[in-house]
Order: sequence, then structure tokens, then C-alpha cells
Amino acid sequence: MKTSDNKRQLFKLAAVVGFFTLMSCSDKDKPKQAAFQINQNPFPSTYQPIASNSVLITNATILDGIGGVFNNSSVLLQDGKVVAIGNDLSVPENGVIVDAKGKWVTPGIIDVHSHLGVFAAPGSTAHSDGNEATNPVTAEVWAEHSIWPQDAGFQRALSGGVTVMQILPGSANLVGGRGVTVKNLPGTSVQDMKFPDAPYGMKMACGENPKRVYGKKGGPSTRMGNVAGYRQAWADAQDYQRTWDQYYADHEAGKQHAKVPKRDLKLETLALALKGEILVHMHCYRADDMGTMLDVMKEFNYKIAAFHHAVESYKIADQLAQAGVCSAMWADWWGFKFEAYDGIQENIPMVHAAKACAIVHSDSDLGIQRLNQEAAKAWANGRRAGIDISQAEAWQWLSANPAKSLGIFEQTGSLEKGKNADVVIWSADPFSTYAQAEHVYLDGALIYDRNDPASWAVSDFELGQPGEGDSK
Amino acid sequence: MSKLIKYSLLSSILLSSTLLIQVVDAKNIAIVGAKVHTMSSQGTLENATVLIQDGKIQKVLEGEPALAGYDIINAKGKVVTPGLIGASTALGLVDVGFSGGTNDSQSSLTSISKSGAAFDVSYAINPDSSLMAIARIEGVTTAATSMGRTGQLFSGQGALISLGDVSKPLLQARAFISTRVGSNGADIIGGSRSVLWVSLEKALAEAKFAIGKPLTPSDEWHGELSKADIAALIPVVKGEIPLLVDARRAADIRQVIALKQRQPKLNVVITYATEGWRVAKELAANNIPVILDPQANLPSGFDQLGSTLKNAGRLAAAGVKVSIGMETHNIRLARQHAGNAVANGLSWEQGLAALTINVAELYGINNRLGSLEAGKLADVVIWSGDPLEVTEAAELVLIAGEPVEMQSRQSKLRDRYLRLQTDKPMQYVRP
Repeated sequence: MKTSDNKRQLFKLAAVVGFFTLMSCSDKDKPKQAAFQINQNPFPSTYQPIASNSVLITNATILDGIGGVFNNSSVLLQDGKVVAIGNDLSVPENGVIVDAKGKWVTPGIIDVHSHLGVFAAPGSTAHSDGNEATNPVTAEVWAEHSIWPQDAGFQRALSGGVTVMQILPGSANLVGGRGVTVKNLPGTSVQDMKFPDAPYGMKMACGENPKRVYGKKGGPSTRMGNVAGYRQAWADAQDYQRTWDQYYADHEAGKQHAKVPKRDLKLETLALALKGEILVHMHCYRADDMGTMLDVMKEFNYKIAAFHHAVESYKIADQLAQAGVCSAMWADWWGFKFEAYDGIQENIPMVHAAKACAIVHSDSDLGIQRLNQEAAKAWANGRRAGIDISQAEAWQWLSANPAKSLGIFEQTGSLEKGKNADVVIWSADPFSTYAQAEHVYLDGALIYDRNDPASWAVSDFELGQPGEGDSK
Repeated sequence: MSKLIKYSLLSSILLSSTLLIQVVDAKNIAIVGAKVHTMSSQGTLENATVLIQDGKIQKVLEGEPALAGYDIINAKGKVVTPGLIGASTALGLVDVGFSGGTNDSQSSLTSISKSGAAFDVSYAINPDSSLMAIARIEGVTTAATSMGRTGQLFSGQGALISLGDVSKPLLQARAFISTRVGSNGADIIGGSRSVLWVSLEKALAEAKFAIGKPLTPSDEWHGELSKADIAALIPVVKGEIPLLVDARRAADIRQVIALKQRQPKLNVVITYATEGWRVAKELAANNIPVILDPQANLPSGFDQLGSTLKNAGRLAAAGVKVSIGMETHNIRLARQHAGNAVANGLSWEQGLAALTINVAELYGINNRLGSLEAGKLADVVIWSGDPLEVTEAAELVLIAGEPVEMQSRQSKLRDRYLRLQTDKPMQYVRP
């Protein structure tokens, strides 16, 4: 195994060296060579959906995920896609009818903030792969290179109806590195799980964590130090981008000896974030921290896809709406540290009511298993405060809005025609504590059936251990 | 009189005069028309009346009797339960958990105690902590509170507190002592269970040995523990107060059962009990109750490979008394935890019992709390509906017969920001 791996590595190396040799030799003699292009996808997705028959789910209460509710209705899944919601649908040949009388159907839940695999269970120093806490700016690291697909948390999240998630580096650093969007079909290597063509995310962090981690390691040790750190990183990335722009301009102008700039993996990721090709996801609790970042965003002309945790978004919901920045929030976590002290249970509905983009997220291997309940609490607390949002609308917090913030809403996040058939059948109204995900479909394939223990995924780690294959 | 005897006298005085909550305005209140879960032998009554007199439950009866001299609370369509009891919290000891100033639920090593047993949180309770109102208005009326990490064998002596009258939060000081026998205990005591258990056995043996012996500063004492530790542990070895033992894997739980068999007087409670379902029968046979987080279902360590959401239900089915509620800032979520246990096999009645009467029994305060029965403190919650449903909420909370102000720092923040103003800074807006 090891030998063949090494051979493969050697082969790759030889190919790369050969490529460069070819370039330098032929430079003078031949007409214009193509400019050097960076491979932006060196770890391509190898995800393959499980083969599936057509499925017609009938007699259900269906939330389409974009505000619509269909009572006693059907939804047809075919070739891995949603075909239609309606009352007059018939199942194609070889199709399966699932009678969901009394049950509810929703799009699969999408969690924009997970650390499954990078802080895998069992938690231990050996599995602490989420924070490259060696430098405040580590844009060069990629969460996918830390993900252990044998983390049993993936299966647990699946039994909570989670079909897609973004796995992020931790929040020790100002810039923690790239996040990755995966489908919740545990594979053997992370490439098997990667959501094809999903843009990368980049994790950044405000406030207490970076200054605590680096306060005695050379800084930053203050919030102002944090902000100086982000700005310098962006300025460096702009400078780096100019170098490459110059190279391409020179090459275009026919300057045959234009030197290919040295790649800097850190600045490369930051530069892509400045261009909007990588989406910025920023851990930020306090309203004032978020306010500062909205200005940094303008200064360097980039976009923050979402503030994560955002416990004080309710204080600046109007500004967030105007800036078009989502807030990914808990329903009721608060007070575990100072910047979380002003957390309130109406944060999510208040952000929604201000017409800003609200997302329910977990940041927890337990919370990810019942995000529907988190939405339910927020919804109910909003109603008690006079914010009347329908359940159908509120489901946007769980699927559509997270999909938008991850740049995958074209493919998933709602039960619209042509979208990926990522679907959950709930035993009851999913805004109830007692509701459970009974069927979870990913790209049309049934990948979790609560009533069929033989169908449950069991991670390698759990084989031969107490409780193997038990109902979890 | 020796110090030891003085000490135990003091604690017995505290025990017998524990109703430290004074009802200032003695009022008669009748809660009328609700579905009442008494958690007593009366069971659940549809359309019942709860009569409260002088801060205590006078009676619960079916229907609507003719009432004179009572303030009437109309609770038609509502659900009434006893106040919830936070089974394992650090309420009153901490405001901000992390990097936020003094946290009385933690300690650094000190010479006053060699085992942590002597530490006493009853001195540290801050009833003005913002957590109190936040928990109170969601139906948590009583809590067991204690230190978490002390870096030592024991996490000190915990207290039972009321979330009502802020001038007298203590219901019972020195009500229990906590320890850990799993990896998290071993990690701080010698790095191995082999060290940890010897330390624990030795501590208990020393306390047992010291029963009836004088422990004044001038008395000779050659034990490993300090005299203060010994004094704290004597009620434990006598079985007067529970010893809460954090044990998660089946093997650790079996060790605790074996300890109880060796020392039958010990009033052992197992906390976490993550793999408890694997030894449920033995736990039931040895009459050992548990306090657990029913949502723990990951192999988060080699201590809990067999964890499952079914744990609470399986334990209860085997006859183990289950209590639920291990949280501090969000102890209000204990009812969601119980609801999830119910979704996974625990009976609904046991789900509510796990938040009320079972906790009261475990701490030996079921003579005055935990159910709606004549003579008990009138800690009562009126809910909009099923309290185990995440979408329902406490609408009115009474503690010792007093309706509490349904307001907290969080409700005030909400009310300030519900309508964002632009004509003046928000700090000028009083909710």
C-alpha cells in the first residue's frame, strides 16, 4: 500500500518536473507558449450518487423550502432530481411509492458550520485537526485535508436529516483556511464526499478566539490587532494578485521571458476570496465586530457570505440586510464566553423579519442532529414576540439560505423541479420535539431509513465496538 | 464538644430548617382549569384546580370548586407542572464561562484541601446572576449547583438552591459531593484509573475511620486528606448525602456498582451513565439512580463507545430512576433534552419525572419539592402546552407561591431591539 502510494507520488512529481523542463527548453524557439495556469481543482470530487429508482412520496405535508406548503400532496423524485410536487403525479415504471400519510416532507437540511471529521469523535489530541494554530493567518490550509470520513458524527447527522454540510477549520486564527462543502454520504476518502463544483469557503474569525490563542504567541492580542491582521492579509493578497496580473499581462503582450511568479498558497486562497471565487464565512459574535468587518469588506471590495454564530445580529439586522450578508445562528446558545453574553432566543426571527438572510447552523456534532428543533425554537420564540413567520418560510433557514450562502442553491436547498433530490420524510411535523427523520434521500437515493436497521451506515471505527449497529 | 459533633449539629439544623425561602406576602392562589401533572399519586388531572396557601400547595382537585379568598389564575387550555429542578448545574457560580472574570465553579489547587471534598459552593451563590432569571422564567425553579473542575478528586460540596427569593437562594448547603471515575477523572488523578480508584477508596476509608473521632486542630490525624476534607466526606460515607459519580463506560459503572456493594450505606448517584443501558439491570437491582444527558450519542471517547439516544428509555424500562438536566447557561433546555429522550423510548411521564420528582428524590428533597402535593412548596409552572415540546413555553412561574416577574436580561435585550430606531442611539431606548 505504502509502496504503491510512493510510486504514485513519484510519478506525479516526474510529470510536473517534465512539464517545467519542457517549458523552459522550448521557450525561445517556439511561437508563443500558453501562460502558466494554476490547477484550481487539485483534489477533485469523486462523489458518485447511489443508484436509485424513481420514488413517489404521497399523502404528505410538503414544505418546498422556499415558502410553499402543500397539504396531502406528492413529490416525485426521478434520476436523482426533484421532478414535481403535485396531486396528480404517477410513479414511472420500476418506481417506488412511499405512502407518507401523516408525515412531512422537506428538503434535506444543510449545515453551513460543521467540524465533523476535523474534530472527529473520539475527541482526542490525535483527532484535533481543525485549528492550524501556528500562525494567525493560515489561508493556505484546507479543511478537507483534515477530514476523517470515519467520524461517526456523519451518520448521526444523517439520522437528523442533514444531507449537505460545509466543514470548516476552527476559529483560532484570523484566517483559518479553506472550508469544503460535502454531501453527507460517508466515503473512504474525503473526495468521495465533496459536493461536485461547489465553491470553496474560507473561514475567518473575529473577536476573542484569535486574540486569546495568539495573545502570548506574538499577537494579535487585541481586537484592534485582529483587524490589522485581516487588513494586512487582504493587502498582501491584493499585491500578490497584481504580481500575477502583471505576469499574465506581460505574457499577453508577448514578453517571452515573463517569469511565472512563485505561488504562495496562502495568498492564492486570499486572492480568490477577494475575487469572490471563494466564499468568506466569518465567525463573528458581536454587532460591533460585524460592523467593523462590513467596512473592511468595503475597503477591500470583497463579499462576506455569512457571519457565523452572529449572536448579536439582531442589533444590526437592518445593516446586514442592506449589505446582503447572511447570519448563521444558534437558536439559544449564549454566555459561554463574553462575546456570546447578549445572545437572545429571538435572534433568528428578528434577522428574518429585517429581511436579512437567516440561517440555522450547528457548530456541534450534537446540534447538527436536530437542527429542525433549533429552527422550531426560534420560530416559536419569534411568534411569541409578535414576529409571525410561517413554518414553510422558516424552513428557508435550514435549506435554501444555507445553500445560497454556500453557492449551491442552483443544485439543492429546495424541492424545485430539477434540483437534486435531497429530501427528508419526517415522522411528524418537524417543528415538534418528537418528530424524527424517517427517510433521508440524497440525489434520489434512500441513504437512511430509520425503520430498517440493516440500512444504517456504521463507521469503520464503530465496527467491533460496543453498540455496533445499534440505534443511535 | 468536638468540632465534628458541632459540624454535624450545624448541618442537621440546616437540614431541618431548610425552608429558607420566606413567603412575605402570604396569599391564597387558585390555578384553575389546566391539565395538571401532579407527579404524585394523583397522577394527571384534566381540568383541575391547584390551591396554594402561604407559599405551599394546599390541594390539587378535579374540576372547579367554589372559591372564596383566592386570587384566581385562569389556566384553561394550559398545562401545569411542578417547577423544574436543574439536576446538575453551576447556576449562581458563573456568569460568563470563559475568559470572563471569576468563575466560582472552578478552582486552582490550594492547600486547604488535598482532595477537593471540602470546597463549599454555598458561600459562592450569586442569586443576581443573569442566568437565574433566564432559567427561572422558563420554568426552572430549583437547582443542584456545584463546581465542575477542581483539578482534584472531588468537585466539592454542592448546594441546592431556589431560583426564587434572591435574598435567600439556599435551600440546602452541602447537599452532595461529586467525583469522577472515568477518563476525565483519571486524567487529573495520576493519569490512570489504577491511581484514581485507590485514591477514592482511601479517601472514603479515611472518612469512615474518622466517624465519631474528634478532628479539632489539636487532635492528631495521620490521614492523607485534610481534616476539612474528612469533615465533608463523613456525611457521604454515612449515606446522609449523595455521592455523585461521573461514570460513562460500562466497566466504570460496574466499578461504581461494586463500590456500592462493598459500602451499602453509600448513597451513590451516577452522572452521565453514557453506557448505562448496558448495565441497566444491575443499576436497578442496586437502586442506583442516574443523572444523564440523553442527547449524548457519539463515541466521543473510549469511555462512551456504546452511547445512544435510547439510553434514558432503556434505563427507565429496566427500573432505573432517570434524571435529566446537565447544563448551566441553558438549563432551560433540559425539557428539550427530556423530550428527545421521549422521542427515543422514554415514556412521557418519566420524561417529566426526570425533570421534577426524580431529581427531588435523588437529592432527598421530595418531602418539599418535585410534585404538586399538599404541604410542598408551591413551585408551579403554567405552560402554553406540553412542556417537552420545543415550541411551547412557560407562561407563568410561581416559586414558593409567588408569581415571578417574567423578565430577564435577554427579554429586555429583545424588547429593546425588536424595533430598531434610527432617531436616537439604542442605548436611550428603555425596553
